[in-house]
Amino acid sequence: MPYKIVASQCTGCSACEPECPNKAISEKDGIFLIDPKKCTECIGFFDEPQCVAVCPVDKTCIVDKSFPRYQK
Amino acid sequence: MEALMEPGRVSERFSKLKGLAIAVAPHKGCGSSGGSGKSSCGSSAGSGDLPPDVWEKVKNHPCYSEEAHHHYARMHVAVAPACNIQCNYCNRKYDCANESRPGVVSERLTPEQAARKVLAVASEIPQMTVLGIAGPGDPLANPDKTFGTFDRVFKAAPDIKLCLSTNGLALPDHVARIKDFKVDHVTITINMIDPEVGARIYPWVFFRHKRYTGKDAAKLLSERQLEGLEMLTQAGILCKVNSVMIPGINDDHLVEVNKAVKSRGAFLHNIMPLISAPEHGTVFGLSGQRGPTAQELKALQDKCEGEMNMMRHCRQCRADAVGLLGEDRGAEFTTERIESMEVQYDAGKRQAYRDSVEVERSARRAAREQELLTLAGENSNRKILLAVATKGGGKVNEHFGHAKEFQIYEMSTAGAKFVGHRRVDLYCQGGYGEEDALAGVIRAINDCVAVLVAKIGACPKEELRKAGIEPIDQYAYGYIETSAISYYRGYLERLKSGAVADVERGDAVIRQGAFVEVGAPAGQAA
Repeated sequence: MPYKIVASQCTGCSACEPECPNKAISEKDGIFLIDPKKCTECIGFFDEPQCVAVCPVDKTCIVDKSFPRYQK
Repeated sequence: MEALMEPGRVSERFSKLKGLAIAVAPHKGCGSSGGSGKSSCGSSAGSGDLPPDVWEKVKNHPCYSEEAHHHYARMHVAVAPACNIQCNYCNRKYDCANESRPGVVSERLTPEQAARKVLAVASEIPQMTVLGIAGPGDPLANPDKTFGTFDRVFKAAPDIKLCLSTNGLALPDHVARIKDFKVDHVTITINMIDPEVGARIYPWVFFRHKRYTGKDAAKLLSERQLEGLEMLTQAGILCKVNSVMIPGINDDHLVEVNKAVKSRGAFLHNIMPLISAPEHGTVFGLSGQRGPTAQELKALQDKCEGEMNMMRHCRQCRADAVGLLGEDRGAEFTTERIESMEVQYDAGKRQAYRDSVEVERSARRAAREQELLTLAGENSNRKILLAVATKGGGKVNEHFGHAKEFQIYEMSTAGAKFVGHRRVDLYCQGGYGEEDALAGVIRAINDCVAVLVAKIGACPKEELRKAGIEPIDQYAYGYIETSAISYYRGYLERLKSGAVADVERGDAVIRQGAFVEVGAPAGQAA
């Protein structure tokens, strides 16, 4: 399952964008979005999802359950 | 960390992001010789107290020199929204255009927009000598945006001093680049050197792809901060250390912090009161953690003053503040207006202003020295605090009722020493309405014996007298220090003759919360 950003929580601070190893994060109108096709949950790169680890607002980068789990 | 005071200002979308600011600041060695004249760095002390190369760097920097802050303005551009640590006094989601405190901004700028804004402001405000990047996140967590802005400004307006303010986590990685851009002032916010203390201030830090929590986070942060400070000192970059005083958490500990940063070459230490109110939604605001009183803050600053200069004129301004410390003209320079402005950058006009300030400063200094002679022979130990209404230029030139803040001077037979300021603009404060404004002013300067103003109405005069604070308008438009010394001399005489009673003044309140323009609906800012 890829991660997604809860728009109402996002402060638009941009901290997540450069941390994503898959370049899956982009900005649209001041809010950041994760491309579910590119997100790998950071598996194979880091021990924890980078967007979650750097986000200043808790529960903003969360698992998107509408997608199947990421497979390596 | 700094200060936007316009109610009703329309925040743009970006503006949701606001952040924590980190204060901007300075570095090694002013007035290590100590002495009675030293207040804030180079303040009244001025050039005589500092090595010439250091004085040259700080003399026109309002944050690094108390004396300069009467004449020169700074601006912050909010190009750095991302942060790499979380602080319990910061809430990145809080967005309020009325708020004045570090980390809060209303509009995020690109480096291109920021550089344009800097030139526009510089061309309209010749007092503006310093560009700082202080957030709203951490400048070094956004290195491309921060240095991209510096690069543009450095090329277009080399007379503008560059500075930045950081939490220090990424600092060791960037010292070389900071030096390359000739940034000669850096502020690090250091609130602790003990991880036990740090764990109560920082819930986490993000470093090299990993989030650290608890004592591990604080230990890592502290090591990186001190390493960065040492590197700056070695590189000859002035470094100021900002510390947030959090009663019960790091208040006593800041004496240790002071020693640690002094020994590593920090130039100036700025201990600031915690700003904390429930409506900010910060961990400390919600937990009811209080800020210090005015006297608690002063006592700690006095204790740390030993051989190191303390900054006491910090206004904890926003990451997009523009103007003299204590004022904010940011709302005059919206992106929309700047886009349409014809910017004429006139270096000659700016130099002419600086020359005129030099003349004014010499006159002010000479007048002070002259007045100080009149205290020769006085041997009283009695110290008193005076509040002064000023709108800049080092003069008593503000109407009592218009003052948004009062500057506080401690008087002794050694002269007038600047020891702080008190905000008295109206804030969102549950329970206090406009009619209580005067009561709020009295609470804010309650530890003072008198207040020096350019003008004051009969009604507030009477109320101040009842509160034991003498309203003084006879020094209208005079130099602050000269006037204060003259008042003090008269006070000592009256003390001797028994005309005034020698009573201890009490404590005073440091105002918290967001600014609201007089007459604006009270709930608007919260």
